[in-house]
Amino acid sequence: MAQLELLDVGHCYVPGEGEDRWALKPLTVTFEAGKTYALVGPSGCGKTTLLNILSGLVSPTRGRVLFDGADMTRRSTRERNIAQVFQFPVIYTSMTVYQNLAFPLECRNWDSRRIDAKVRTVAEALGLGDRLKEPARKLNADDKQLISLGRGLVRDDVAALLMDEPLTVIDPQLKFSLRRRIREISEQFRPTVIYVTHDQYEAMSFVEELLVMKDGQVMQQGTPEELFESPRSAYVGYFIGSPSMNFLDVTQDGSGVWLAGQRLAMSWQPPAARVPAEASGAGAAQAGVLQAGIRPEYVRLASAPGPNTFPARLQAVRDHGPLRVLHVEIGGQRLALKLAREAGVPHGDTLLVELPRAKVLPYVGGQLATVVAG
Amino acid sequence: MTLTARGLTLSVEGVDHLRDITLDLRPGRIYTVIGRTLAGKSSLLRVLAGLQRVDAGTLTQDGTDLLQVPVWRRDTAMVYQQFINYPHLNVFDNVAFPLRRAKLSGEQVRLRATESLAKVGLSDFHARKPSQLSGGQQQRVALARALARRCKTLLLDEPLVNLDYKLREQLREEFRELFSGVGDSVVVYTTTETTEAMMLGDEVIVMHEGRIVQTGTPAEVFDAPATTTVAQIINEPPMNIIPGTVTGGRMRLNDLGAVDLPAHLAGLPDGPCQFGLRATDLSLSSSEGLRGDVTFVEISGSETFVHVVIADIPMVVQLEGIHDVSLGDAVLVTIRSDRLFAFSAQGDLLVAPSEQGGR
Repeated sequence: MAQLELLDVGHCYVPGEGEDRWALKPLTVTFEAGKTYALVGPSGCGKTTLLNILSGLVSPTRGRVLFDGADMTRRSTRERNIAQVFQFPVIYTSMTVYQNLAFPLECRNWDSRRIDAKVRTVAEALGLGDRLKEPARKLNADDKQLISLGRGLVRDDVAALLMDEPLTVIDPQLKFSLRRRIREISEQFRPTVIYVTHDQYEAMSFVEELLVMKDGQVMQQGTPEELFESPRSAYVGYFIGSPSMNFLDVTQDGSGVWLAGQRLAMSWQPPAARVPAEASGAGAAQAGVLQAGIRPEYVRLASAPGPNTFPARLQAVRDHGPLRVLHVEIGGQRLALKLAREAGVPHGDTLLVELPRAKVLPYVGGQLATVVAG
Repeated sequence: MTLTARGLTLSVEGVDHLRDITLDLRPGRIYTVIGRTLAGKSSLLRVLAGLQRVDAGTLTQDGTDLLQVPVWRRDTAMVYQQFINYPHLNVFDNVAFPLRRAKLSGEQVRLRATESLAKVGLSDFHARKPSQLSGGQQQRVALARALARRCKTLLLDEPLVNLDYKLREQLREEFRELFSGVGDSVVVYTTTETTEAMMLGDEVIVMHEGRIVQTGTPAEVFDAPATTTVAQIINEPPMNIIPGTVTGGRMRLNDLGAVDLPAHLAGLPDGPCQFGLRATDLSLSSSEGLRGDVTFVEISGSETFVHVVIADIPMVVQLEGIHDVSLGDAVLVTIRSDRLFAFSAQGDLLVAPSEQGGR
């Protein structure tokens, strides 16, 4: 398995187009050998373009593609020696399960003893060990997809395994078991995996790192926990987590940060906001206004006033089952918080909510304000 | 205007799709039908819509035998999983089409279509073709068309299932508002998701293998699932079900050591039974608890579902927030015994832990 690098790689499908309109804006990324990555984002975000540049289906407008340091930018898909799994299973229906798995190895002139050992190891991992003699056409969709995956895994010389929405055709009830299989298999064989999906939670369920993409850019790369705990932008705060992260407009003066007329302590002091707050909401984010971001999971109901505790008006209660989501308003701004079911529904419309300092992050213009070096 | 079903039964090629469905669906209420894939949810909607004949049973509304009324004369609108619109018509005409066919005046058509599109947030899209819209917008058009007709019955068959997560989150919030304006209609909404069923329904109908296995308000069903099957369907992840025994005021979970029964289960008779525990009532601990091995980790929304095996029993632990937990890790799991459900060996609910503030 190889380390895959993109050095200043960008792509536009329309020659001569301004860089701000490129399908993939120039970026530099390293995919380490033996790690699993997901490219996630809405349709049109550039994730498939990025995948196609790695596989060689798209030749990038600029930049270089390196596999273990070797320049692959102008090499064909075949020369890159990668395995691909697509949305729809690609298998040979006239062959048995065994033959399907052995075929890529026969093409590489492996001797039959080595092929046999490899096929059996992989089939065992896929849970198809006792079905090797069955004709592949008789398998259901998810087993067929497993074979597509297995054909990538039998070749231990491949540089990487690229998967493009491989669970699209899988019945929702079977997705769970297939997801689990893929994760187990990748832990066992440690391939370099680049996985493309529009489903952020599917991705988080089995990769080590995600690249959240939007408008041809990587908004953030990190582990699921990092993306959840410290989203670097309001977009990632929205895209990861449900309900999305709360963002509240706050003001700042020489003495501190203020929300609804009260002092708000944040996990670190933001740099002085440059633009006075006129706009609000999305407009504020664009104008460079200071906002406080906090996940609904971390907002607490308080029984008495205290630091970072604010009076709030209850707007709505949504019963999600094991928990309820409360929508409240602090000084005219909406905030969601989660409450365990056993806590019941608060009495009355007026509540006190606490925004624990350690969980309140400062955002300037929709970007996480960096810690000022002491 | 109550829609009354009695003993609806349907089998197709020897497979039972509906078994003895008896229901009273009252106007002005929203019913969410929850069940796994192939539980009979879509068959039920298709029968209510008149798209599917039944083998036995009756369906009446206002004293009319609906089974004798052809689909095109029923006052019913349906929204499907797939975004079904007329591709050659623009958004406005898509919504106006059934109104015109119903011979409403031009003014009425204009008013209703405009109002309906405003409700779903598509006022600025009247002239677009469906192909120029995103999936979420296309489904809004289908919904606007259904709402504009102001039918006695509005049926929605997993309308959000083909949308991405963030859109589902947004639309299920909007649906609450939209449905609150449907007045005297009966609204029936099928889903496989706990959150949708709980959030949108005035009443929840739980289906399993073609049967209705429980009905009630969302809180009634969630807080007191009648059987282990309902408990697993209404919880996501499914409720952990653990075989056990009760002997002389002590309980034993599978092969684990015997402990005193928690107070709320004090009256349980001796003998075999099954204990239920929601994933939210298990947690990981660094210092104490039952030893478990992590077999899989899933992320859903802002929650981490950690699949563990404890003394040969597979269980799911739900953690708030997103956490990196590795497969194969040994963890310590604590369980809230005050939150245990007790079911009989056959799976019928015996005792549920008390809930506060259900509504």
